[in-house]
Amino acid sequence: MSEPVCSTVDVAVIGGGPAGLAAAAAAARAGANVLLIDRNPQLGGILNQCIHDGFGLHAFGEVLTGPEFADRYVRQAIGAGVRLRTRTLVTGLSADGELVCSRYGARETVRAKATVLAMGCRERTRGMIRIPGARPAGVYTAGTAQWLTNIGNVRIGRRIVILGSGDIGLIMARRLTWEGAEVAAVIEKLPYPSGLPRNINQCLLDYDIPLHLSHSVTCIQGRNRVQGVTVSRFDENGHADSGSEFELTCDTLLLSVGLIPENELSRHAGVALDRTTSGADVTDEYMTSVPGVFSCGNVLHIHDLADWAAEEGERAGVSAARYADGGVVRQLQDNASIVVRAGAGVRYVVPQRIQRGVEEVLLSLRVTAPRGPTTIRAVCGNTIVGELRLRKAHPATMEQMSVRTAEAAKDLEVICE
Amino acid sequence: MSERIMTCILCPNGCELHVAWNGEPNEQSIAVDGNLCPKGITYAIDELTHPMRTLTTSVRVRGGVQRLASVKTAAPVSRDAIEAFRDQLRPVVLDAPAAIGDVVLENVKDTGVDVVVTRAVARRCGKDSA
Repeated sequence: MSEPVCSTVDVAVIGGGPAGLAAAAAAARAGANVLLIDRNPQLGGILNQCIHDGFGLHAFGEVLTGPEFADRYVRQAIGAGVRLRTRTLVTGLSADGELVCSRYGARETVRAKATVLAMGCRERTRGMIRIPGARPAGVYTAGTAQWLTNIGNVRIGRRIVILGSGDIGLIMARRLTWEGAEVAAVIEKLPYPSGLPRNINQCLLDYDIPLHLSHSVTCIQGRNRVQGVTVSRFDENGHADSGSEFELTCDTLLLSVGLIPENELSRHAGVALDRTTSGADVTDEYMTSVPGVFSCGNVLHIHDLADWAAEEGERAGVSAARYADGGVVRQLQDNASIVVRAGAGVRYVVPQRIQRGVEEVLLSLRVTAPRGPTTIRAVCGNTIVGELRLRKAHPATMEQMSVRTAEAAKDLEVICE
Repeated sequence: MSERIMTCILCPNGCELHVAWNGEPNEQSIAVDGNLCPKGITYAIDELTHPMRTLTTSVRVRGGVQRLASVKTAAPVSRDAIEAFRDQLRPVVLDAPAAIGDVVLENVKDTGVDVVVTRAVARRCGKDSA
């Protein structure tokens, strides 16, 4: 067996989706020697199957489809001198910056002064939400159905029920309608939709697709192929109302029931994770608990817009380049940092730690439940260090606010009022 | 006086528009509340008179590294015309390579709108097109 290929770089970026591409381009522009590693033959990550439009308004000031948006960032990365390593799977990451990769079955190692985690997320599956009933073919996660439809050129079914009102499910409702399938209904367990309001409008209302809120699928029927599902009403405590069941005939069930950051590699390296986001605990420079390992995009926390994931990637990439260059990047030390907490009405806040004395930091957060006019405040002791006024707030929408921390002494709490 | 509540689809903000108008909806007759930007007013008028949508779908590719190339209408088109665009696209097969912006169909149904490629598809090496 030949010796494993070994290379040394300033910054290694794992994952070539919007966050990883933007991180790699930003790190290279900052002067670092950057290697971007992706397991797929083509870069862009999940954007390549997101052929709908609505990307790029923030990042480029124009409306783009997913593949066009990806192309912009691939060009940026190439233009900045990033070395691209596709068809390469990172199978191991150590705390001292050694990446073990598999490429065409051969082993390679990469030594990196700094590593950016940008592996994205995975979909929640049937097993994770424990839908009772038979185990027939025809149950897909919405993203798998999207890949099969838009990349694989496979017709997944003729009559579809979609469980969960996440954006991918809504987009697929319209996509499958356009491909000639009949979408019988979208079922959402919560009393409000979890996707963006505009997708409710252009994907469901336009095609008279019913949306059953406060309902869920309680049984799947079918021996070899799905033949139908039982739908039940759920009360506000999450209990099924007996007697509320109705049947829907379908040959396919799509699940759009949530995304989970894919942190298997991060755990390898000993990166500490946040229990709410399932992503890493990071500083205001997006460094994890492991020095030199940074995190951004959906592997850090689930974003609703690729534009925000890419922007976060740029910030992480700049920090990683600075770290690799021997620049001072602050570390997660309890005594030197302010702990950011999600207070009343706030589900989570990223970053979780801020260095004392930093002038301005951008916080990303989500509220716990839909609200009308809301003021979100960042409070340090008795001092308000940041404020965001919203006409409405929704868990489906990530909010961002800027805080000043120079005068902040210890914990920083973000609350809804 | 007519009234309607609608969600603007022009950007991810998804403003909930409270729209009121007298007679034919136009810039003079309409009052829009809830919009974060002026596009909300144009959207509301369009939505009441002739809703506009962008079609994003895919067409088959011969001899490419991908089986499909994603495509879109180069501009929003009347929602009622979406089906005609889909019908015209169904038999289309492109020959690889395809580049972003390549015109797939020109001026469909005299709408003045082209359908263009949104994902580059390289030619497959070492094999005849199939």
